[in-house]
Amino acid sequence: MKEIILIKDGEIALKGLNRSTFEDKMIKNIRWRLSDLGEFEFVRSQSTVNIFPVGDADIAGAAERMKYVFGIAGFSRAAVAEKNIEDIQRVAAEYLEDELYGVKTFKVEAKRSDKKFPLTSPEISREVGGYLLSKFHHLTVDVHNPETVITVEVREKYVFIRGNQIKGAGGLPVGSAGKAALMVSGGIDSPVAGWMMAKRGVQLNAIHFASPPYTSVNAEMKVHKLLKAVAKYSGRIRLTVVGFTEIQEAIKDNCPEELFTLIMRRMMMRIACRIAERDGCGALITGESLGQVASQTMQALACTNMVADLPVFRPLIGMDKNEIINISRKIGTFETSILPYEDCCTVFTPKHPRTRPTPDLIEQAEALVEWNEMIEKAIDGVKNITIS
Amino acid sequence: MQAYLDNSATTSVCDEAIKRMNRTMTECWGNPSSLHAAGLLAAKEFDSCTAAAAKMLSCEPEEIFFTSGGTESNNTVLFGVAKAMKKQGNRIVVSAVEHSSIIQPARQLQNQGFDVIFLPVGKDGVIDRDALFEAVNKDTVLVSVMTVNNETGSIQPVELLKKAVRRAAAPALIHTDAVQAFGKIPLKVNALGVDLLSASSHKIHGPKGAGLLYIRSGCKIAPLLYGGEQQQRIRPGTEALPAISGFAGAIQALPDINEEFKAVSSLRNYFLTELKSIENSVVVSPENSLPYIANVSISGMRSETVLNFLSERGVFVSTGSACSKGHRSHVLEALDLPPKVIDGAIRVSFSRFTTKEEIDLLISSLRDAQKYIRH
Repeated sequence: MKEIILIKDGEIALKGLNRSTFEDKMIKNIRWRLSDLGEFEFVRSQSTVNIFPVGDADIAGAAERMKYVFGIAGFSRAAVAEKNIEDIQRVAAEYLEDELYGVKTFKVEAKRSDKKFPLTSPEISREVGGYLLSKFHHLTVDVHNPETVITVEVREKYVFIRGNQIKGAGGLPVGSAGKAALMVSGGIDSPVAGWMMAKRGVQLNAIHFASPPYTSVNAEMKVHKLLKAVAKYSGRIRLTVVGFTEIQEAIKDNCPEELFTLIMRRMMMRIACRIAERDGCGALITGESLGQVASQTMQALACTNMVADLPVFRPLIGMDKNEIINISRKIGTFETSILPYEDCCTVFTPKHPRTRPTPDLIEQAEALVEWNEMIEKAIDGVKNITIS
Repeated sequence: MQAYLDNSATTSVCDEAIKRMNRTMTECWGNPSSLHAAGLLAAKEFDSCTAAAAKMLSCEPEEIFFTSGGTESNNTVLFGVAKAMKKQGNRIVVSAVEHSSIIQPARQLQNQGFDVIFLPVGKDGVIDRDALFEAVNKDTVLVSVMTVNNETGSIQPVELLKKAVRRAAAPALIHTDAVQAFGKIPLKVNALGVDLLSASSHKIHGPKGAGLLYIRSGCKIAPLLYGGEQQQRIRPGTEALPAISGFAGAIQALPDINEEFKAVSSLRNYFLTELKSIENSVVVSPENSLPYIANVSISGMRSETVLNFLSERGVFVSTGSACSKGHRSHVLEALDLPPKVIDGAIRVSFSRFTTKEEIDLLISSLRDAQKYIRH
């Protein structure tokens, strides 16, 4: 029996004339995700994309991966039947046998896009439903609240028969909304922020600041691992690692302790904007959440935001820690995030950080040092790695 | 000349495995959990081994756990699932011809109050479809059937397990002991429909002391051991990196599965054709069995005597399963064979390094055996 995957577009379906651009992106992303599982053919019709395996391509493995592709609202594995009611009945009984033994109630929904097919949709439903009732004596039809909905789709060439749909990752195809740079430290928040923006169609670059010997290679490896988990959804991520030791030491030597973190974040913001622009990114992404720590109060965010020339997306801004943790567990980054390595945000943390800083105060403190040369040096010395 | 024809018991270690182990022991002997560069190097090697194993099974790297071997993987499955899923049901279904590292833990669980069903097999060594569908009920938490039987080579219909579980709408996890199949037939975990899979290094020309357990992400399983944070706490303890490296080296050295399958099939056919010339010889392995294993019997000659006789001539085979010396094999008994055939059964098992000359030596030695052994 031939088995295929039917994909239901999510929001893409609402994109009017741009829809095919979005769909192209999604298909390209799916192709990339399936490249090691064999050869697949893609056929588009209405708001669905159908994936046909060629030869012995791993269709079961492909279905597993669909859960991670943004832009897919839902998908199902379906059997292909010939365009006559006898074959539809036979295939439905054979293909859904196991599923039907596991439930007591069902209903059949038929959709007929080929109006030349001799039976109408209600007739198809009735014929298939009746046949299944005669085969599986434990079943009853429940049109309001069935445990299994069997869908029969009569298309141009074939008939597709499927059981319950599986929920997809939703969102928009990665790349359809442009590219942005995620500032990633290694904590719980930034991978979640990256995942959320990727879900809205953003292709991710990442920027990580390393301050050896205060931070270790393991801290950087941890970032690789986190991004790898995000890449499962977002696709390839280009990571730029910035050496930040000199700047952090200069802050410690010259600035008031209560402002350490804020000045550090402003420096990071400046460097990140330069790198992001160089790489063609349209925005920065951070994992900041209002009021979570001293550097994420409204006043502190205002101070760091001032030095950014790009829009800064903060998808976690209104979320509680628990909500963020739930997502990080779901996407598989939580366990890695809590590994206890020092990162650049925990180096030289002030005992009593300023929670209501003013721009004047910070600018005065920054004026004590000539930063430009150090910033240039940091940007020249970056290391790039592709994570996938 | 010698003929090593006991490759289902263990295999010679291939050069690629030795090389990679050597590299690990000389260059990355650090503790993968250490925070310094030496540890990091070891961690990288470990990750690379994981990736090699994941590729073989078409799964994600975080779903691979390295163990000490097939026995540990199987024990982890039985005790781990029973413990983690106790609240969801009480029934465990295994086949009657499983390796003892499944059968014994299953008996232990039976003694602890689990409702354990041992599925019978037919004369072809294969589990019965209807018996399987009947055994798996809503109360079932684990179904475990081996991919290929170690004594006869019969291939089990593992894809049926998922059907049975879906039919019963059971919470059960599906496990297959693929120790004899790994590297010999394509094993894609999603296509097979399994949640758990065991494999072992030393059956595919890797070193002893390494095995793997695939656990589908999201599946609940309790560890056998408690201690460190390694391997997501499912298998704590410092990773046995030299052995694991050797395992990965052996995996990467595997030739194309389909090509090798053909080559070994023709070797086996050659053996079975030659065997016909020996009086009273019977092929015990069923029709559908894996070409790597040929279980045959020379009726009337006790297998242990034959084994000793062959061994003196440098020909190494085994009687039944190497793990169950001294007992009449539960697997062959399950096949419902005459005692005389069972008592004469020897298992000849091949590898990609087996030559025609080795088979010729076996045949001529068997002929001698018939001439000299009193029976």
